[in-house]
Amino acid sequence: MFDSLADPLELLSLFFRSAFVDNLALAYFLGMCTFLAVSKNVKTSLGLGAAVIAVQVITVPVNWAIKEAFLKETGLLGIDLMFLNLICYIGVIAAIVQILEMFLDKFFPVLFNQLGIFLPLITVNCAILGGTLFMEQRDYDLPQAVVFGFGSGFGWAVAIAGLAGIREKLRYSDIPPGLRGLGITFIIVGLMALGFQAFLGI
Amino acid sequence: MAKAKTTKELVVEPVFDNNPIALQVLGICSALAVTTQLTTSLTMAIAVIVVTACSSAAVALIREYIPSSIRIICQMTIIASMVILVDQVLRAFFYDLSKELSVFVGLIITNCIVMGRAEGFAMKNNPIASFWDGLGNGLGYGLILVVVGFFRELLGSGKLFGFSVLPLKADGGWYEPNGLMLLSPSAFFIIGIFIWVLRTWKPEQVEAS
Repeated sequence: MFDSLADPLELLSLFFRSAFVDNLALAYFLGMCTFLAVSKNVKTSLGLGAAVIAVQVITVPVNWAIKEAFLKETGLLGIDLMFLNLICYIGVIAAIVQILEMFLDKFFPVLFNQLGIFLPLITVNCAILGGTLFMEQRDYDLPQAVVFGFGSGFGWAVAIAGLAGIREKLRYSDIPPGLRGLGITFIIVGLMALGFQAFLGI
Repeated sequence: MAKAKTTKELVVEPVFDNNPIALQVLGICSALAVTTQLTTSLTMAIAVIVVTACSSAAVALIREYIPSSIRIICQMTIIASMVILVDQVLRAFFYDLSKELSVFVGLIITNCIVMGRAEGFAMKNNPIASFWDGLGNGLGYGLILVVVGFFRELLGSGKLFGFSVLPLKADGGWYEPNGLMLLSPSAFFIIGIFIWVLRTWKPEQVEAS
């Protein structure tokens, strides 16, 4: 269960891989809806990025625990319930987002007000469910799940902050009418994805 | 709503006039990674069409009994059940394809199109209209997937559905495959250009700057 702790360097490389090379937004197209809709200014996108990191760090290990304890045949129940995986994961994500929202409201009202509408939106952010599904598919153990959760959330946050920075500058550019708005954003995201591919060499 | 739309309008309108990807910026998330080949894009498109149509109809069927405070959870559960069904069918009958689609079948749950149609249309309309509306939106989404998949497979590996169309240089033909098309950035470029073409054809969709 903790096998991967024996090799901390391996965990570090997993972090960099999940944050840059396998960037959820730019390499796997996850969380694209919010990625494109909320990247109009840097401040809000930083807030959203922080929220995604927080949720990702919690949900990936929790879903890992649920998978190991209940869904697998080797778990506590002793029956193979893996076909229920999707419904369990999405329930866990919705619940955790809700709890996080109440927790922030009670103890960190300033941060809560800054994040505002973005917290509930995270439930339907594919990056979160995607992180969990990749964790399941690649068979991570617990430390790997934590590192992967943090790394992938971090990579997503970096990508959205970068895109928001570019789009703020873009207001001064002269773009052909048909490309304005969504079209040019796609082209920029493509170029950013191309840039992130360069991290492959690390 | 001024007047009820006919079935034809419900199905055709989302494909070109109100395309979920090109105009509403919904549901780009889950599926672009599967568009390197036409076969996987088509499978994904069909899966999304089935899920959107059926879950819209199911949500509409019980819309009078869902308390509005927990409607999101109810819709999620219905959608997740539909996706599990699709996933199981794919695994049972098209095992290789489902391996290639990997996590992206599961990600249909968080595809905003499905959720958006359930919340925006099915909660207010009868099951049959909702079914057609879901079908139309699924089609609009599928159209983009298939277009992107077509160009990426044709230009990236000179094939369509796995059959050689442009003979490759490596096999004695004349076509040098464009490796960029197999990487993720190309999907963004193709959608960007698709939107450009669509908006040049239908100028009323151009965004005010």
